[in-house]
Order: sequence, then structure tokens, then C-alpha cells
Amino acid sequence: MPMTGFPMLSVLIFFPLVAAIALIPFRNASAIKVFTLVVSLVECLLLLPIIVAFDTTTASFQFVEKLAWIEAWNIQYYLGIDGISVLMVLLTVFLLPLCVLCSWRYIGQRIKEFNISLLLMTSVCLGIFCALDFVLFYIFWEAMLVPMYLLIAVWGGPYRRYASLKFFIYTLTGSTLFLAAIVAFYINTGTFSIPELMNHYYSFQFQFWTFLGMTLAFAVKVPIYPLHTWLPAAHVEAPTAGSVLLASILLKMGSYGFLRFCLPLTPAASDYFAPLMIVLGVISIIVGSFLALGQTDMKKLIAYSSVAHMGFVTLGIFVFAFRGIEGAIMHMVNHGVITGGLFLMVGLIYERSHSRELADNRGVSTALPAYTGFLLLFSLAAFGFPGTNGFFSKMLVLLGVFHANFWLGVFFIIGMILGLAYLLRLLLIVGWGKPSQVQPDWKDMNLREWIYLAPLGLLVLYLGLAPGKALSFIDPSIDNLLSDFQRERNMIRQAAPEQRLPHFLAERTNTESDIFLRVEDPAIAPKKDRSTGAFGE
Amino acid sequence: MLNFNPSLIIPELFMAAVLIALFVQCLSDRLKDKVSWIVGAAFLGTLLTAFSPTHPQFMFYESFRIDALSQFFKTIIFLGLTICAGNAIRIRSLSNANRADYFLFMFLSAFGLLLLASTVELFTMYLALELASFSLFIMLPLRNQDLGAVEGTVKYVLFGAVATAIGLYGISYIMAGMHTTYLRELLGMEWSFAQHPMAMIGLTLFLLTFLYKLALFPFHFWAPDVYQGASNETATFAATMPKVGAIVILVRLMSFAPGIEVKAILAVLAVVSMTLGNLIALRQNDVKRLLGYSSVSHAGFVVIGLVAGGAYGLAAASYYALVYMLMNLTIFWVVTRISRDEKNVLITDLRGLYSSSPILAFVLAVSAFALVGLPPTAGFIGKLFLFNTAWAEGFQWLVIIGVINTALAIFYYLNLVRHAYTLDESTPSKINLGPAGGSVALVLALGVLYLGIMPHGIFNLLLHASQGLLS
Repeated sequence: MPMTGFPMLSVLIFFPLVAAIALIPFRNASAIKVFTLVVSLVECLLLLPIIVAFDTTTASFQFVEKLAWIEAWNIQYYLGIDGISVLMVLLTVFLLPLCVLCSWRYIGQRIKEFNISLLLMTSVCLGIFCALDFVLFYIFWEAMLVPMYLLIAVWGGPYRRYASLKFFIYTLTGSTLFLAAIVAFYINTGTFSIPELMNHYYSFQFQFWTFLGMTLAFAVKVPIYPLHTWLPAAHVEAPTAGSVLLASILLKMGSYGFLRFCLPLTPAASDYFAPLMIVLGVISIIVGSFLALGQTDMKKLIAYSSVAHMGFVTLGIFVFAFRGIEGAIMHMVNHGVITGGLFLMVGLIYERSHSRELADNRGVSTALPAYTGFLLLFSLAAFGFPGTNGFFSKMLVLLGVFHANFWLGVFFIIGMILGLAYLLRLLLIVGWGKPSQVQPDWKDMNLREWIYLAPLGLLVLYLGLAPGKALSFIDPSIDNLLSDFQRERNMIRQAAPEQRLPHFLAERTNTESDIFLRVEDPAIAPKKDRSTGAFGE
Repeated sequence: MLNFNPSLIIPELFMAAVLIALFVQCLSDRLKDKVSWIVGAAFLGTLLTAFSPTHPQFMFYESFRIDALSQFFKTIIFLGLTICAGNAIRIRSLSNANRADYFLFMFLSAFGLLLLASTVELFTMYLALELASFSLFIMLPLRNQDLGAVEGTVKYVLFGAVATAIGLYGISYIMAGMHTTYLRELLGMEWSFAQHPMAMIGLTLFLLTFLYKLALFPFHFWAPDVYQGASNETATFAATMPKVGAIVILVRLMSFAPGIEVKAILAVLAVVSMTLGNLIALRQNDVKRLLGYSSVSHAGFVVIGLVAGGAYGLAAASYYALVYMLMNLTIFWVVTRISRDEKNVLITDLRGLYSSSPILAFVLAVSAFALVGLPPTAGFIGKLFLFNTAWAEGFQWLVIIGVINTALAIFYYLNLVRHAYTLDESTPSKINLGPAGGSVALVLALGVLYLGIMPHGIFNLLLHASQGLLS
């Protein structure tokens, strides 16, 4: 079902944006909150046709919208989703009402601006997952920085200025070379359209450099060790809703980028760099876990655990196995659900104790039984207890990893055990530690808190016990991704085995002018005719 | 042939009429401070130019050419002039006695730029440039008892004198090498060092005059001093309009497609200019001085398009000229509104701007992010066009240095936004903006966003214009 006629995705993307503009004249604080909540629920309703109409038998892009935008440069307004992006779209929209609800009391000043930023953030994130034109993607990709920066810098904790600046500079600097890579792709093929770019073949050297340019941007977002240092700062200082968005959506953009761009566009380079990415993924898991183990701040602990979790995702992607990628995508969603839930838990207890230190929040199980129950659920899911969603996706990744290399699987298990250690530590101290103070006035979760935690709790169980529906969404696309990947990788391997030698840099002297040209070898005939370049002939 | 056709030069004639009226006002004590009409006049000029014919026509013995490019630049010069005049209409650092004179010189300088947009002969270019420059030299020090303004002006004048002298010297080389000064004839010549070494040297020297106007390294020393020294209103004009004039001439000269020697020099200057401008801007406290160094870096970006050349490269450079002008007018508009008692604005003065004026804070954020080159603003799309052309022409290294410069620049622009949004003063006093101040600011910000989201119409127009230039 390529065209539905009705611009479903545009409505989904721009409805929050329009709502944000409509919010500007509001004055009354509670009216603002109610309005935003209604908007976010309507946005969720807009998802229904997508869930119902999504065709689970095809790998092609669906709900496609394609309009000429800047004709002189062949830039299009091109949207569409497939199995790789659909779950992220669902998750992004799903989290919006929860973010609104969890900030209901937490945000005390500039409420209107906060809600506007939340809506803008949703809009831009959806744009990132739906864009199929490189320029459109990059516009959303960079525009995302501004609302996120404001969320951290205005409503954050005591060190918010440092954290927000670090976040902004890190992510922007990482993305600059990505822009150069986009320009290189365009000059090489004459198009910015991502599906069209996937139909071209590129020389190994071209892939080498563009892969590096793109991966720097994605690796900062994921984040992969050693580019992760912005993450704990940003997570700790951001308000709860900001942390949830960061952990659940923003980090996924990096791994989504790997799947959407690196693997299909630069398969040979992905293959070439896979050992590096896998090693960095393993380091992220181990280092992230050990750092999480040593934290006394609950938010920091969860932030470092995100580094470790995203290491699992990176690992799953770069073993190039069906189960590995399936697990990686599922874990992107599951980590969004679980970590989002954990951050909400921290925000919840912070509203009571006004501290995120483990020492100040010990032994709350008698005072807050329901809270402890949810904490238990999310922690179990985070370390992959069977029956929860975390178990399921980690198991899939593990299958892929073991399939690729036995010792890699061993490291994976070590990472999981470390995960068990730091999460149990959190759970035991907060739940059943020696109470840090008498807490007569701490009330258990109220209705609002139930409303925003229960859906996540149900998702943990649903995705853990019945993941079939979600898998059916993503499987055709993964199949397609991997078969294309293997075919193109093998073609490069067969066509130019000498190009795979690591010392190709030494060959630059005679091939310098060809670095950015496509392979013209007749042995690798392109799938389709090369479209005319950017400038005609 | 004289080929005098008044209907083609209505904008220039209109401008001349405005100048005469201003001149009469200067002479009369009673009329001296009644100058508010000029904003409307400048806007009327914008409309006249926007709807003027663009069919290529020569006039005045082929030294003056009306084409799409010239009319485009005249439109944006009038547009910029409208905003500069509106910005300066309440200027307080002038006594009422000087008011008409101030605007006379501002409009005279703009008149020189209008002529510059159409000139297609080297000496005519030179004369138009001098008309634009000399008026500006008089305007710059008009700030109450301020030695900084005089210092900046002296630097500007001395640099300008040397730069124009070098340009004149360059013309003599071009004349000696090519035996003509008409662009139409020069366009068909072979511009390579092997064929015409003398003319190539001459062209390089002549380009330097306009690179000085653009504040490209190593001719950038005047920019920060002039920006800082001149009053906010004058700096608004000096920061935007002469650069637009310089870019139109550079676009016309680079349509010769000169050989790699000139391009290599320009490319290296662009790299140094971008990097140096950004690095020094990181350390500035005075917002206008910071913008001065930022303009040095932006000059480098414009030159990327000129180096790439071709219809796309020249169109991209022209588009960036428009974007540059609008971004700077926007941020200077904010700076002028924030300034108290005509003083310069320090970065710390931006603190709590969001509380004292949310509109100005928003507009400042839009313009600062545009200057960084962050989507969806015009700054991003302008840079994307430049990078595309440079990469296509084989200047990959230039693109890579360009994008890395974005990373260098981010801190100091973001710092402006950071002060405005996150650092609260305990008692922010509201800024009295007035309906005009706020709405113009918003219109400017929306313009910056519009150029970023809907660039195709204007870019296509420029593409046709530069194709016409090359044919």
C-alpha cells in the first residue's frame, strides 16, 4: 500500500507543531496542561490508522508522501515508514502523553514554554523517523537540538547550563561531518532521496569516508564509548520528561541511523568497520555497567545503564545476523519503554524526597508499596528477567551474537550479569534498604502517577509475553535490509578484493580523484541507470 | 550607444529624487528632524525595484546593465535600506540638527550600491564603489563624543584607501593585458595565468578591493573595530549593505571563470577567514565585536560559492548574500532594541532577555541559530547550497573545513541564546519595545525561517540570473 492519498505522516508530524503554535496565546497554567494533554491523546489516536493499515507483508516504504521541494537541487519532501521506523514512530507518540503527565506538578515555572518544547520535540522526532530525503532528515536531525537544549537548559537541575551546552556542542559537532557525507552522496548520484540512494553502488573508498562521517554523528547519539560523556550530564540535569525523551527516543536515533543509512548505503564499509563497532559496543557494555555499579545518584545510574544497553543494540546491529538486528530493533523499543519507566520512577520519588541520591531514598517499600512494585517490574525487565520485554530482545540479540562469535557471546553474558548487579543494587537499596529517614508524609502513587506508569508496565509485559505482533511489523524490512546488505557487500568483495586491504590509504596517490566517484567497473553493473548528476553532464 | 531609457532605471531615478529631497531638508532648519518619511520611501523603492523589468539591457555606452541579477540585488539593497532606516529612525546619539544629514549619507551610500549592482565596466564599478564608501566614511563617526567610533573610521578609511588604490592598480594591469575594461568583452577572454599573466594579476588585485569590503582575511581588521565603534544603528548599515554590494561585483567578476590560480588564492583566504573569524569570536564579550568576527567568518563562506563558480556556485553565493544580510539585520535589530542609552551591548547584558522581552529573545535565538547554520533557518540552507557546489567542483576539502567551522562557531552563538534564555537576572526590567519594534523583529525572524524552508523560488530566480551572466 504505497500511497494512501491522505497525508497521514504529515498530519502526525505537524499536528503537535500546530498545537504548539496554538498554545502561544494561552495564559492559564492548568488550561495549558489540559490542552497539551488533549493534543497528545489526539496524536495517539492518529496512530490507530497507522497501526491498522500498516502492511506487514512488505518491506517497502508505506504511507509515502513525495513532493518536489527545492527542485534546483532535487530536494524532496519525502516521507514514509517501514519496519525499521514504524515502532520508533509508535513509541515517540506513545510517550508524549506520559511526558505531559509526569511533568504536571514537576514543572513549576514557564509551563507554557515547557509544553511547547515538548510538542516541538515530538514533532521533530517523528520527522526524523519518517523522513526519506537526506536533507529533510538532516533538517529534523539538527532541529531536534533546539527544543532538547531548552528542555535541559531552562528546566534542568543545578548544573543544567553545563550539561545543556555539552549536549548541544557534542551532538552538533558530531553531525557536521554527516552533512559533508550527505553532500558527497548527492554529488555522486544527483539525488537526496534515501530509497534511490540505496539503489546505487559506491566504491569502497567512498563508502569508507561516508561511513566515518555518518557514524560519528550516530555514535555520539547512541552513545558509543568514548563519545558517551555528554549523556550522564544531560540525563542527570534534564527534568524527568527530558530524561525520558533523551533515553527513549533520542538515543534510538543513533542506532536507527546505523540501520537506515550505514548498512544499506555503505555495506562494505559497515562490514569493514564492524570489528571496531563491535569492540566499542562491548566496551560500552562493560564500561557502562561498571560505571553504573558505582553511582550513588539514581539518575546517573540509569544513564550509565543506558550506555550499556545501547552497547547491546550496537552489538546486535553489527553482527549482521537476522536475529541480531531483530533483537536490536526490539531492544531499541524495549529500552525506551523500560528506561523511560525507570526515569519516571526516579522523577516520582524525587517529587517526594527532593533528592536523587540512593542514600536519601532507602527502604521505601513499606511506605510506597505500589511504587516498589513498579520499580521491581522495570528493574527486572531492564536486566532481562524471563517474561519481560527486556529478556526477549536481549535473547534475540544473544542468538545473533553467539551465531557470529562464541567469545562475543561470552562478553555479552558478562554484560548481562553486570546489569543484574547494578539493577539489583538499585532495587535492594531503594526497595528494601535500611530506611534513610522517617517518612510519614510520603504518599504512595496517586491516580496521575498510576495513569502514566501503568501503560509502560503493561507494555513491558505485553512485549515480553506476546511480541509476535511487533515482530511481524519489523521482520520483512529486516529480511530485505540483510539480503540487500549481503548482496552489495559481496559484490564489492568480489569486484575489488584489493580494495579491501587496510593499506588502501597508500593507494590514494593514484586514485585520489576517484575517491569520491562510484565504481565504474562493468563487473558491478548498477541495478539501475545512474541518474544524471547534479549538474547535468 | 547612450541608449538612455528612463523606464529601466526607475529605482535609481526614484533614489535620486529621495536624495534631492533629503538634501533640501539638510539646508532648512525647520525640516531637519522631519525624516520619518524615508522609511516609507525606501520601502516604496523596494516595491519599484521588485517589479521592474529584468530583461538584459545595456545602457550608458555599455557600462551599465539591467539584468535579473542587478535587479535582484537592487531589491535586497532597498529592502535592507528600509530596515536600516527603520532601525535608525529613532537614533539618539545624533542631535536633531544632524538627522537629515545622517540619512542623506546613508541613502547616498545605498545609491552607490544600487549603481554598483548594475555596473559592468571596471572604472564605473570603481566610481560607484567610491560613492558608496565615501558616504559611509562620513556616517561612521557620527556618534556622540565617542573616540572608538573615530578609531574605527580611521582604520576603515585608511584600509579602504589602500584597498581601492590596489584595485585601481589592478585595473591598469587588466587594461594592459586585455585591452578593455568592459565586462562583456572580458567575459570571452581566456582567464588563465598561462595565457594572460598580467590580466590575472590585475584581476586578483581588483578582487582584493571587494574582498576588503567583504571583510575577508587578511582585509578584515576594520570590521570588528567599525562594528564596535560605530553606533548600533550605523553598524547595522555598515555590517550588511556594503557586503551585499561587494558580493554582486564579486559574482560578476567570478563569472569570468578565472583559472585555478585565482581560485586557489580565494579558497585559501576563505579557509583562513572562516577559521580565524570563528576562533577569535569565541573570546569576545562585546556583542557587536563578536558579530564583526562572525562576519569575517561568513565572508569565508560566501567565497566558497565564488570559488566553486558556475551558475550554481554564483547563485549559491548570491543566495547567501541575501541570507547573510537578513540574518545580520535581524540580530542587529535585536541588539539595537536591547541597547540602553546607545551603549554597546555586552553578552552579559543579554541576561534574562527572555523575561524582559520574550519576542526579542525568540528573534535573537532565530538569528543566532541561523548564523550557526542550524536548520530550519536560512543559514543552513544557504550553507548547504554552497557546500553542494563546492563539492561538485572538486573542493571537497573546502566543504569539510566549512562544516568543521560550524562546530567551532556553535559555542559563541549558542552563548548568546544561553544568556537570553537561561541566565535570569533577579529583577528583569521590561524592555519597552513598542508595536513597531516587536512586529518588525518578528517579520525579520519569519523571513529568516522562510528563506530556510522555502528557498526554491528565489534560488531559481538567481540560478537563471547567473546563467544569464555566464552566457
